[in-house]
Formats: sequence, C-alpha cells, structure tokens
Amino acid sequence: MSTMVRGARSEERGASTWDVERVRKDFPILTTKAHEKPLVYLDNAATSQKPWPVIKALHDFYETSNANVHRGVHWLSEKATALYEGTREKVRAYFNANSTKEIIYTHGTTEGINLVANSYGASLVAGDEIIISELEHHSNIVPWQMLCERTGARLRVAPIDDDGQLLFDAFEQLLTDRTRIVAMAHVSNSLGSVLPVREVIQKAHAAGAVVMLDGAQRAPHHRIDVQALGCDFYVCSGHKMYGPTGAGILYGRQELLDRMPPWMGGGDMIESVSFERTTYAGLPARFEAGTPDIAAVAGLSAALDYMSCLDFDALNAHEHSLMVEASERLAEIPGVRLIGTAKEKAAVVSFVVEGVHAHDVASVLDFNGVAVRAGHHCTQPLMRRMGVTATARASFAMYNTHQEVDALIAGLHDVKRVFSS
Amino acid sequence: MILDHNRNPRNFREIPDATRQVFGRNPLCGDEVTVYVKMKGDVIDDVSFGGRGCAISKASASLMTNAVKGKTRQEAHELFDRFHALVTSSPTAADRPDAKALGRLAVLGGVARFPARVKCATLAWHALENAIQGGATEVSTDDQL
Repeated sequence: MSTMVRGARSEERGASTWDVERVRKDFPILTTKAHEKPLVYLDNAATSQKPWPVIKALHDFYETSNANVHRGVHWLSEKATALYEGTREKVRAYFNANSTKEIIYTHGTTEGINLVANSYGASLVAGDEIIISELEHHSNIVPWQMLCERTGARLRVAPIDDDGQLLFDAFEQLLTDRTRIVAMAHVSNSLGSVLPVREVIQKAHAAGAVVMLDGAQRAPHHRIDVQALGCDFYVCSGHKMYGPTGAGILYGRQELLDRMPPWMGGGDMIESVSFERTTYAGLPARFEAGTPDIAAVAGLSAALDYMSCLDFDALNAHEHSLMVEASERLAEIPGVRLIGTAKEKAAVVSFVVEGVHAHDVASVLDFNGVAVRAGHHCTQPLMRRMGVTATARASFAMYNTHQEVDALIAGLHDVKRVFSS
Repeated sequence: MILDHNRNPRNFREIPDATRQVFGRNPLCGDEVTVYVKMKGDVIDDVSFGGRGCAISKASASLMTNAVKGKTRQEAHELFDRFHALVTSSPTAADRPDAKALGRLAVLGGVARFPARVKCATLAWHALENAIQGGATEVSTDDQL
C-alpha cells in the first residue's frame, strides 16, 4: 500500500473525483462491526479515525526510536529529537508559517487556547475587552472567562442569526479601541457554520486587536495557510486530522510569541536555573515544559504526510455532497428539524427529532451500527440560542460514503418507528 | 414499558406542599429533574417529578415514583441500593440483584450494558435519596455514579 495521491482525477470531464473505496482501505477500524452491524462512523468532529501509516508510526516509534527529546547526548535521544523537531518543520510547511519558532506543540486545541489566554492574556488589564462569538465551544469560552476574572477584562459575545451565521454588523459594533483579543471558531463544531474569518481578522486588526482562530474543525478538511489568513494565533488538534490523540498545534506570530511570558514552568523550557533567578529558553521550547507526547508527534508526522497527498478539491466536493445529501434526506423525514442552516457549511449535520431526546436518537442509531454524537457538543450557550437542549450530530470525513448516509437515514426511520409505536 | 413511561410519565407534576424538593442535573447531557416528596412521618406519602430528559431518565423517574410511594425512608433507600446495583453491575455478575425482586424497575436493568446511559437511569434516584435523607437540594451525576 502506498500513500500516493488520493482521489484520482477523472480526465474526461476535467473534474476530480474522490476514490472513497481506496481511501477506506487505509483505515483498518472501518471494517469493525458495532452491535453486529457494519460500523458507520459519523462522529468525525469529535475525533477522526486513523489511517494505517499513523498507527504504524506510533508502533515504530516505540519499537525503534523511543527516548526523551532534547536531553540525552546518546544516539537514541538524538534520533527521537530529530523526529520531533523534523515534524515541527513539517507542521511549519503544512501551515505555511514563517518559522518553526512559530509552531508550538500542545495536547490539543483546548491547551492551545489556554496557552494564548494565559500567556498573551497576561498583558490584559481591567477594562480591556475580548470578543468571542455565540457559537463557540466551551474551550473557547471558559479560558477567556477565567482570564476576565483574573484581570478585570470584559468578555463580549458577537451574536449569530437563526441559521447559525455570525451577525457581522453586530460583531463590528463590538469592536472598539478597548478590544484586545478576538477569539473565534473557524468552523462551528455543533452546526458546521463556516465563519467569515478573513473579514473578522481584517476588522479586528483595524481596531488594533489580535485574532486567535479555533481551527479544530477546519484544519482536518482544508489546507490552512496562516500567512494568507493573516491571523495572529491558530490552534487545532492533531487527533481530528487523522493523527493520534495527544498532539495539537498552536501557531503564533513570532513577533507576539517573542514578547509572551512562559505559561507552564518546568524542564525543557529554561535557559538556566538557580534558586535566585531563572532565565527562559527561546522559541518554541519556552512554551513546551516537560516531556511532550513524542509518540503522538511521530503519529502527527505520518498524518501530515498522509494529508499532504490528498486532493483537497476532490475531498471537499465529496464531503460536501455527503453533507448535502444527508441534510436533504433528513429534512424530508417528518418531525426531523435541522439545527444550523448556514449558507456556507462544513460537513456537519445537527438535527433534532420531535418528541425524542437526542440521546435516545443516538442510542437507536447505535443499535444500527451508526455512531453519531448526541448532546450539547460542549456548546451550551449555542444550544440555548438555537432553542434546543441537545442535538444529534452526524459529521463526515474523507472515508464516509453515500451508503453510510443511507444507513443514517434508515436508522432515523427506526428511531421514528420505535418512538411512535 | 420504558417507551410507555417516557410518553406517559406517571406522577409528572409538582407537589405544591412538598416536604422537600431536590433538583438533579446530568451535566453530560443536560438532563434536569426535580423530585418532590411529601413525607408523613417516616413514610413517603406522595412523590412526583418534573423536568426534561431522555426516555431512560424520564421512564426511570416515572417508575421510581410508583415504586417508592407508601414506602418508608429505609425501604426506599434499600430499593435504591438494589436498583443501583442492578444497573451498574455486569449482566453476568454473581452478586447481581435478583431482577424479580425489583418488579417493574427491572426493565431498566438493560442499561447496565450501556455505561453511558447508566447516569440517565439513576439521576432521579439520586435526587430522591437526597430528598428523603435530608441531603443537598441540588445533585449532579458528576458527583456520583
């Protein structure tokens, strides 16, 4: 098996097509059965499945390269360090950052946001303002609330409309010379809405604020070019990008990172330590205290290799067609209502079934082998805004098929049958 | 039976002159239930619930109110213990309580196979336990299983 270009081009029409069956062969777990039914994994917004090169990279790391990084002078430690730092260059190139100094490894998106809130946020004073949107994940709400409690800064929330789209004019009106940070999702994890991040960045910069984008749901499906976006910070999770859990990415503009104080203290982030005075290491080590998840970084490396071979145009067309088909067919079922109907949407479909709790929908679907997420998706304020307590959410990835949409729809008919009998 | 109690929950009302009411919350799924009890001495004279939740939490609350009405504090507590053991023990465990002794409550025994749903079945029971034992007026399934 190779990791050559995925998504063969169909020459006749000049359009690219996605060879989903070929991709599926790369993901061993997809042959699993759940409750004696073929597994239909539609919970990709929570975490993606892993292709065999990623699984192999984890195995290989422990079998051939396991040592701590940046410490030993011995051969094995040098090997592990080369892998760890080599992956940093791979990440830099993948996200088109200027320098590897701008790439900080985290455990995931949540840690990345907390790092920005604690370190960049340390410069905030009472009266400063932070703007987020109404559709944020709790991880892009709570760290800012905690920062506000510490500093006396104020959290402002840009509203959304009934379709789940940012009300841009209202956002603009919140921007003042007191705005220091704008922290927003690139794509909503609950609804799939794609936010107008370029315009957000432009306006925020004009107001003198820095912008942090939560790219957890965007990075798995699109090439991110941080320089073209012009954002100041970009955070995402490797485990949603077909990599293992435990390795996430924070991109920060070097000019900002240079001025930011360390967040966590410990080994590996220092230059010299005495009981009187400690000086800190330069970038990026200053933000990576302690032993990192080196194996996960090895897996992330394989995941980025895998993703670098993807034909993203074909992939996006495929995922979009799954989302559109699922949305249309769900909306045709009496009593089913889609939550989140933004014009520009990622491959996420959230819905409620009249009279049936989302957890019960998910349990019946589970009996049919279909894995969806149910609940508030760590977005309780958004659920309140949309007038629901919970939704069921199907989220698609590169290996999902139209037959799996059939299974989802059949499962929904089963939900209707069980709860109307 | 779960579906029937979900659709037509028994004792789904407030008790205006309740001796105690306890609010229970499952932060995982946002389910909320308030359990009302009216005691006559040591006996549960009336018991009811309100709130919103999934089929399992509603059916469990409904079945619970039917099961404990007229019972003493101690009897209700023992029933809770047996019920709790039923829904949290492996279906093949040797010390699994006899489902027959639990009567209709036994229909919820199946949730033991779905660890994610056990808290749905026990939410109302935790609220009741606090109400009759004089515990906190708010409980969360994060505090106990």
